Amino acid sequence: MSIEGDTMSKILLAHGSGGRLTHDFIEKVILKKYGNPTLKRLTDSAILRLEKTKYLAFTTDSFVVNPIVFKGGDIGKLAVCGTINDLAVCGALPLYISCALIIEEGLEELTLAKILDSMAAEAKSSGVEIVTGDTKVVERGNADKLFINTSGIGAVKYNKILSVNNIKIGDRIVINGPIADHGMSVLLARKELGFKSEIRSDCAALHRLILTVLKKCSNVKFMRDPTRGGLATTMNEIVSRMPFGVRLFEEKIPLNESTKAACELLGLDPLYIGNEGKVIMVLPEREADKAVGIMKKSNLGRRAAIIGEVTKDFKEKVIIRTSVGGERIVDMLSKEALPRIC
Amino acid sequence: MKYIDEYRNFKLADKLSRRIHKLVDGDSRNYNFMEVCGTHTNTFFKFGLRSLLPKNIQLISGPGCPVCVTDTSYIDNSIRLAGLKDIIITTFGDMMQVPGSHSSLYEERAKGCDIRIVYSSLDALEIAGHNPSREIVFLAVGFETTAPTIGIAILEAKRRNIKNFFIYSAHKLIPPALKQLSEDSDICIDGFILPAHVSAIIGRDAYDFLKEFNIPAVIAGFEPLDMLQGIAMLLNQLKHGKPKIEIQYDRVVKRKGNKKAQDILKKVFAVSDAEWRGLGNIPRSGLKLRRQFRNFDAENYFKIKSPRPPLKDKKSCLCGEILKGKNVPEDCRLFARVCTPENPKGPCMVSSEGSCSIYYKYKT
Repeated sequence: MSIEGDTMSKILLAHGSGGRLTHDFIEKVILKKYGNPTLKRLTDSAILRLEKTKYLAFTTDSFVVNPIVFKGGDIGKLAVCGTINDLAVCGALPLYISCALIIEEGLEELTLAKILDSMAAEAKSSGVEIVTGDTKVVERGNADKLFINTSGIGAVKYNKILSVNNIKIGDRIVINGPIADHGMSVLLARKELGFKSEIRSDCAALHRLILTVLKKCSNVKFMRDPTRGGLATTMNEIVSRMPFGVRLFEEKIPLNESTKAACELLGLDPLYIGNEGKVIMVLPEREADKAVGIMKKSNLGRRAAIIGEVTKDFKEKVIIRTSVGGERIVDMLSKEALPRIC
Repeated sequence: MKYIDEYRNFKLADKLSRRIHKLVDGDSRNYNFMEVCGTHTNTFFKFGLRSLLPKNIQLISGPGCPVCVTDTSYIDNSIRLAGLKDIIITTFGDMMQVPGSHSSLYEERAKGCDIRIVYSSLDALEIAGHNPSREIVFLAVGFETTAPTIGIAILEAKRRNIKNFFIYSAHKLIPPALKQLSEDSDICIDGFILPAHVSAIIGRDAYDFLKEFNIPAVIAGFEPLDMLQGIAMLLNQLKHGKPKIEIQYDRVVKRKGNKKAQDILKKVFAVSDAEWRGLGNIPRSGLKLRRQFRNFDAENYFKIKSPRPPLKDKKSCLCGEILKGKNVPEDCRLFARVCTPENPKGPCMVSSEGSCSIYYKYKT
């Protein structure tokens, strides 16, 4: 193990070398936390059975958030929820996840254990299994504490293909709750700003909420989770090269008071701040109210709202009607959101 | 009262918009109002105020964007400093992507220079405290709003006997620039919307020189209702009375300003001539550290020299004319074609308060 001091509680390069420490780590830590029959076989690939499934959804993502722990979550919870949500917005029931860790030498074992516990808890409560993975350790300075890559497989349950090509003039834009909490929570957790806040990341697995809506609304056209780049970027992705535009209504977009205040103080626009527990749905006007009603019955949708409409008034643009009644374009995020000088 | 939603009230905005329409009803003439401060430009576009105003009221953006008026050699010198051994450059975020002659701080950071974004000069001072073997230079770019806070950082550095903290000052003063604009016969300005927070520091009386030019002026706050009310007040002045300097933002701005902030400015800084990108040299329009604080002056310590004559922008870049209100971004051949937020050619596209950046982001 180690030679001196407190390094026994830190991750060493040997933990990723494939030797005894790696095996100990897998047997005593990984299997203990995630042990499901598939994983326990410790084969190079997980062999999965998918009953009565015509289509699979398959996704991958990497998580490099800094800091790795923040109010409302951590990188582990983020990884599991992010992968679940990417499957769910395609109309799939998430089933299996892979988890590859790239650990910086010197990360405290206790910190890693907490992250892994977080992943295990989220996977269990969400009904998904972590069935395969990998562990690498890199020299100090070559990774920012911990990077996680996940891939996920789900069984498509919705009987229609979700696509921007389905969207028609008059459709409505629905969101399940307030925006910008995740991005602000992470920014404030960096402790450089010197002020405390109660803003919590909205990091959450949305598959049950989404699948409940899909069971009862048969005409959902398209869904996406507005992560990096925020709501504004997702809306711009939707209208790109399309013969319609989207009009958002600022007064309808849910936003927590503390998040709003933090954005004002820092000169940031909440439309461009990332979310990790939000889904945008585009569906016909006649189903939009129904979808909002269904969402409101869930903890993850108490402040669901119709926030915009698909319009023929302009093409390939997103325009917002502001709180004072003016209108302006909402463009794609073009650079880092830098704060103003004065 | 939380000072956000109250000044974004839809009903009151509608009322003010109707009042403005009524004031110009039947007028065939155009009204050109210059909003001096970049934050006013930002508010105007962010809230879509253009769509609430009559077509014959035009708002011209002025030179109140500190990043936009910082000359190229300052960026080049900052980049040179960043390349020195054991230097940490600290800066407000806006400066990161301003193009110098060959590179930007953003690109230099990617190459390995230690360049850090801070929200306050006091954060830069803390970095100096935690890194005694390094030399920390704070890029002091701003107007009268931020200069007092940098003055406090200098006084604090002196009190704590910190030897490795320096500022590279590009501070500028608004009134001399306004005077120069007022004297320029090429510019047609019917009224000034004066900057809110600069005015909170210097006070209404600092603009008394404008009386000589008979130009109406209103100090307006940064919220949409503030700007709409400010425009209504300018129109009232034009229609009913003698031009004067009014305070719309009276919840913050006083006639004499903030004495404590002014005292700090006087104690720490001396007035000097300054080079404004696009406007040229304006006498007594800048701030330099006083002699007794020369130990904190990066120009003195690192022997920084600025080129004479000053570097000029590319011929086709219209930032200078835009800052004077003589052109709008769409007049520039580079705008939105070659010059974009991802690939800015001039400072007005880089700064989030630059006219070109705002026009591009909120373009109609």
